[in-house]
Amino acid sequence: MTDILYTEQHEWVRIEGETASAGISKYAAEQLGDVVYVELPELGRTVEAAEEVAVVESVKAASEVYAPIGGEVIEVNAALGDAPEIVNQDAEGAGWFFKLKVDNTPATENLMDAEAYRKHIEGLG
Amino acid sequence: MKTSHMSSVAMETPEEVHMKPTYSGNKALAQEEKLIFELGDMAKTGVDLAEPAPIPSRLAEFERTDPIGLPGLTEPEAVRHYVRLSQTNYSIDTGMYPLGSCTMKHNPRLNEKMARLPGFADIHPLQPQQTVQGALELIDALAEGLKALTGMPAIAMSPRAGAHGELCGIMAIRAALEARGDARKTVLVPESAHGTNPATAAQCGYAVDIIPSSADGRVDVAALKAKLDHDVAAIMLTNPNTCGLFERDIIDVAEAVHAAGALFYCDGANFNALIGKVRPGDLGIDAMHINLHKTFSTPHGGGGPGAGPVVLSSALAPFAPLPYVVHGPDGWRLIENHDEAGDQADDAAPFGRLTAFHGQMGMYVRAYAYMLSHGSDGLRQVAEDAVLSANYVMASLQDVMSAPYAGPCMHEVLFDETFLDGTGISTLDFAKAMIDEGFHPMTMYFPLVVHGAMLIEPTESESKESLDQFIASMRFLVLAAKNGDVKRFKSAPQFAPRARLDETAAARKPVLRWHPN
Repeated sequence: MTDILYTEQHEWVRIEGETASAGISKYAAEQLGDVVYVELPELGRTVEAAEEVAVVESVKAASEVYAPIGGEVIEVNAALGDAPEIVNQDAEGAGWFFKLKVDNTPATENLMDAEAYRKHIEGLG
Repeated sequence: MKTSHMSSVAMETPEEVHMKPTYSGNKALAQEEKLIFELGDMAKTGVDLAEPAPIPSRLAEFERTDPIGLPGLTEPEAVRHYVRLSQTNYSIDTGMYPLGSCTMKHNPRLNEKMARLPGFADIHPLQPQQTVQGALELIDALAEGLKALTGMPAIAMSPRAGAHGELCGIMAIRAALEARGDARKTVLVPESAHGTNPATAAQCGYAVDIIPSSADGRVDVAALKAKLDHDVAAIMLTNPNTCGLFERDIIDVAEAVHAAGALFYCDGANFNALIGKVRPGDLGIDAMHINLHKTFSTPHGGGGPGAGPVVLSSALAPFAPLPYVVHGPDGWRLIENHDEAGDQADDAAPFGRLTAFHGQMGMYVRAYAYMLSHGSDGLRQVAEDAVLSANYVMASLQDVMSAPYAGPCMHEVLFDETFLDGTGISTLDFAKAMIDEGFHPMTMYFPLVVHGAMLIEPTESESKESLDQFIASMRFLVLAAKNGDVKRFKSAPQFAPRARLDETAAARKPVLRWHPN
């Protein structure tokens, strides 16, 4: 399993070969509270890094989710349609949002590793 | 002999009787009430109407033959139904309603008396204009008052609510830009804005660009100026903003916006803090809606329709939407179309017709009664007392709660949930406990720029005794939270007609229709 990387906007991405899975971080899920709805992107859509790609709605707020890296949407997590609570239960695992087909060398210089992200969250107080 | 309803009592076991607080489900004055569709039947009626004469139906096979399921109730049943429902409601007539950014002030009974005058209450939008001269004159008099209070030369009276006013203002801005051949693409909105602001801009076809807040809770002027270019059509700013803070750089902002060729929309939701003190026209604002149902005390929040007139600068005045009231040799009349508007002023170019009729007449009467009964000195005191009330709450609670931004505040005070850190209690739990204390909760989780926002707007209506009771109740709840009394919060409200509802289940699996059994 490869390392998980994070954005400042609290998305995560895990790149395995030409496939990258992505979702929102555990911290983001905790901040949002109970997730009640996830709007996922269309299959086949090509997105660029930082492009708005999904929407997550909780009892508190609705938030846009941005693509951590660019690529083509090749799979979405249909299970979230019936059970959005998976995002709260396992945000960085079973609660993944979508998978992208990516280049062999996707641009990751704007992303943080787990340690850097932990410090980023601490900085948010 | 046993009748059926008696037998249901007899079936209760001693344990069941022990567990039931009451047999009926009623708790003294708190009556359990069914939906009206579960009451009565079609055979019952409260009125005695003659059977209508049969008419030949032309519906053929489309004629409905099965029952339509309307409830039938006798008059006392109907009266009890609605009285019981009204008694489960919480209103500004029941108690303090400190819902931030909503200005839930007292609705003076004088307003109601005036609105019920037959000359205002019993008229119809389609009756000849010469028969409603007084009503048209009142619309114009209210319009003149609003223009004077805002220092603006023009006004569109017809918008039906704040968000409708935003739509009106941004459509006027778009019309003005297009008239000068300068269609632009972007509207700038601060991140603390009401959600309706970006929604309005998007509805009008603009891209929304978010301006970050600075550390002191105000718009980051440097970031704003960096975004100003020839694609920016307008900025939408709320003042005081949703953190309850005055945007003190507003004149600087207005000058920068105008220098870039853009226009300045102000969300007037918080005008209660400024009325009689500051004229938005003097701040360089081009358009601002005025929520009559907030600042001018007309009922809202389920108690009545809104009204959101929009004042306009001279740059936008020609584009004011139809219809509007003018006075001519034949008295008062409504300008209904472009030709009539052109006859009034050469540069008139209404962007269109915003509403079918003139607007919310009943709200105009109430707002005008409020304006006249206060006078200019009274309206100034409204703003002063509203700001004083909020600062009294802030000063009395900031030692035990956490205010993210230093005061003084304007008409509302913002706290976050930092003071609840480590207690396991959230803003939501705290709000629910306020219900048990007999208060409508404050606005929560808005604005989004702070964690677990609690936005409290007491308004000028509350007496010092009322504010003191609220403050003491809040301090009691903070103490309970810090003492670890988690159950008080997690199970709250315990004394409401319904205890804690599962909001997550309600959002995930909403039941939106009632089905007969």
